[in-house]
Amino acid sequence: MSSTSTTATYQPATKVGRITDFVDSRVGGSSMVKEFGRKIFPDHWTFMFGEVALYSFVILLLSGTFLTFFFDPSMAETHYDGSYVPLKGVEMSVAYASSLDISFDIRGGLFMRQVHHWSALLFVAAVSVHMLRVFFTGAFRRPRELNWVVGGVLLILAMAAGFTGYSLPDDLLSGNGLRIIDGVIKSVPVVGTYISFFLFGGEFPGTDIIGRLYVLHILLIPAIILLMIAIHLFMVVVHKHTQYPGPGRTNDNVVGFPVGPVYAAKAGGFFFIVFGIIAFISAAFTINPIWNYGPYDPSPVSAGTQPDWYIGWVDGALRLMPGWLGSFPFEWEIPFPWGTNTLSLNVLLPALVPAGIVFTLLFTWPWIERWITKDNREHHLLDRPRNAPGRTAVGVAGVVFYCVMWAAASSDLIATHFSVSLNDVTYWLRVLFFLGPVLGFIITRRIALALQRKDREIALHGRETGRIVRLPHGEYIEVHEPLDDYKLYKLVSYDAPMTVPAEADRNGHISKSEKRRAMISRFLFEDRVAPVTPAELEEAHSHGHQDQLATDADNAAVVEKH
Amino acid sequence: MKALSQRRRHPMAAIALLLLGLLVTGGLYAVASTANEAKAETTYSASDIAEGEKLFVANCATCHGMGASGTDDGPSLVGVGAASVDFQVGTGRMPLQMSGPQAMEKPNQFTEEQTAQLSAYVASLGAGPGIPDEEYLEHEGLEAEEIAEGGEIFRVNCAMCHNAAAAGGALTRGKFAPGLADVSEKHIYEAMATGPQNMPVFNDANITPEDKKKVIGFLKTIESQGSPGGADLGSLGPVSEGLFIWVAGLGAVIGFTVWLTSRSS
Repeated sequence: MSSTSTTATYQPATKVGRITDFVDSRVGGSSMVKEFGRKIFPDHWTFMFGEVALYSFVILLLSGTFLTFFFDPSMAETHYDGSYVPLKGVEMSVAYASSLDISFDIRGGLFMRQVHHWSALLFVAAVSVHMLRVFFTGAFRRPRELNWVVGGVLLILAMAAGFTGYSLPDDLLSGNGLRIIDGVIKSVPVVGTYISFFLFGGEFPGTDIIGRLYVLHILLIPAIILLMIAIHLFMVVVHKHTQYPGPGRTNDNVVGFPVGPVYAAKAGGFFFIVFGIIAFISAAFTINPIWNYGPYDPSPVSAGTQPDWYIGWVDGALRLMPGWLGSFPFEWEIPFPWGTNTLSLNVLLPALVPAGIVFTLLFTWPWIERWITKDNREHHLLDRPRNAPGRTAVGVAGVVFYCVMWAAASSDLIATHFSVSLNDVTYWLRVLFFLGPVLGFIITRRIALALQRKDREIALHGRETGRIVRLPHGEYIEVHEPLDDYKLYKLVSYDAPMTVPAEADRNGHISKSEKRRAMISRFLFEDRVAPVTPAELEEAHSHGHQDQLATDADNAAVVEKH
Repeated sequence: MKALSQRRRHPMAAIALLLLGLLVTGGLYAVASTANEAKAETTYSASDIAEGEKLFVANCATCHGMGASGTDDGPSLVGVGAASVDFQVGTGRMPLQMSGPQAMEKPNQFTEEQTAQLSAYVASLGAGPGIPDEEYLEHEGLEAEEIAEGGEIFRVNCAMCHNAAAAGGALTRGKFAPGLADVSEKHIYEAMATGPQNMPVFNDANITPEDKKKVIGFLKTIESQGSPGGADLGSLGPVSEGLFIWVAGLGAVIGFTVWLTSRSS
């Protein structure tokens, strides 16, 4: 009954059967179930962060819909008359008043607001961790480069959704955030002021911005996110899921469980687990207590004003930027025939350059890596991060770069909570901004190579048991225990990228970019731990496991490296 | 008017103008600063002052000098007023435990009586803000609107250092504005009136005693009401929220993912 041709002859016996057959013969559902229900997915906990992101998004849609029933995005002035005493009679916008009403005067409103905000934080966090997993395991390689790009777009959209939502209550905290955005926009040379006036409908803050952000937040951005998720998942189905190397897992198969019934049940259950975690957090921990901050008013700025975590790194970059470098100013007044224009590099550079670097590298990395390694093969088997020391080191350098800026966004809290000087925190983070990624790169690569060497030792000579045995002729040895085949497979089956020297083109000419590529390739892959070959394994085992002497092991390691 | 315009280029005109300006400024300042003078004309007995002087000589004069005239290590206390002494000594900030970016709070070194005697002595050296009247500290009878007004005053004048939820914040070079929970009404008032450490003075012309009372009422209301939405994570805003979702939220999620995938493989 999977295709329409057979339904003509199929006679359902029961009433339910007749209804089902009626629907199926018109919708073709059974063939879809047959196709997708037998789809195999591999099982590993690190594969589930994308799922967490998806579920958080569903929770966002549900809780957000509830909030739209009661939220009024108007910036008209009103006097608060709700039940929260410390704001009684205070002049504020209708948007802020309705957010307070949701929090204090609508049954379940505060809980739903907190569900919405906590799941927003979890959504972006899950997207980020998912992307880190994809990066460090090399899952972005052919044929999945475009899906990586779609993922990057989703990350940006998630941040945009978060920021537009964060601003909606029109409280003091988010208003300060909007003012920073306004400052960044105004720092764009020549057109900045015009863009700012266009966006805010006049001088900041105006009376338009909340309504405009609301339309973006509840209509445009979620619609694009949904579209991107559809494309993302479609490509996952087309490409099939990647898997970690293991016995029986090849580049041409997927080892795991079918969607139906195993994953359908697991994923459905997992949705409720994520929902449960968010609901528990929302019930027990407050988030964005807008009643503390008061209505937005351009004059007060509270201490400890920060954006939500995913915008924090940009805020941190702004905090790290000096206005002057010695006697060199970052703000210039440039005379033009029509008057003086100000170029505020002290705002423009930190707001755009670090984010520009991070996102450019993020989007182009699959092509950069392909260009360096000249590896254009399809990869359905993942790398363990240690087995790609160059990529892992680049990734950690990026993470350190991000985290330094992230930490800078909470420099004031670091200062008060660890009793250090705010100025010193800023100076140290400025140093780390440049030095941190370099150190991160070097240390990570050394650690990855060391782990590979350790794997190689264990593969060849087995695990050190700590059991010391004295031989008849008086010598002491430590007994090594060989690995079982499954564990051994994990340690020996991987590709170790090698330096690809510069190659001449058809005319025998080596172009400059090719030389540069060869240089990078040498830099990344010169130090390399080769995977254990079957011959080496055979040789190591022919020694007999019991007789592995420390000197043998040392010799082997020296020979292997050079 | 003609006479005035003719003489405006007189050699003495500039000096006359300067004198006039100084007189007006000085006169206005005198008027304004009397507004800041102590309301509470608590009369201290001569014995209080004498006892206070003994305590001062034994405990404070090392830095503040004999007669509180100041040394290289500590400022003169002539004219700081009783409120200043009551705050600094009453919160344990003085005597100073150690030199640092700012005086730290610590257990009180003197009894209430001794603190009052010290205050009496310092107040006798020169006029300054006195200990606030009880009527400006008794905030129980405030209307909701007045508490809300106190909140507005707090957000405009205080929140940039003390944080909108009065959780405290960082200043430059290791200095900080402390959190205001558990600070007594009297000490909040005195801090506003005298501007201890790096805090500016909010004198009576700036924030009237009635408004100070509203600020105190607001602070005590948000302190006693607790956090309506659950545990407040230190009222530190998005940083503690972000830290929480990454550590606790993602931690719990990862725990479940490991559990969900541990059975099958």
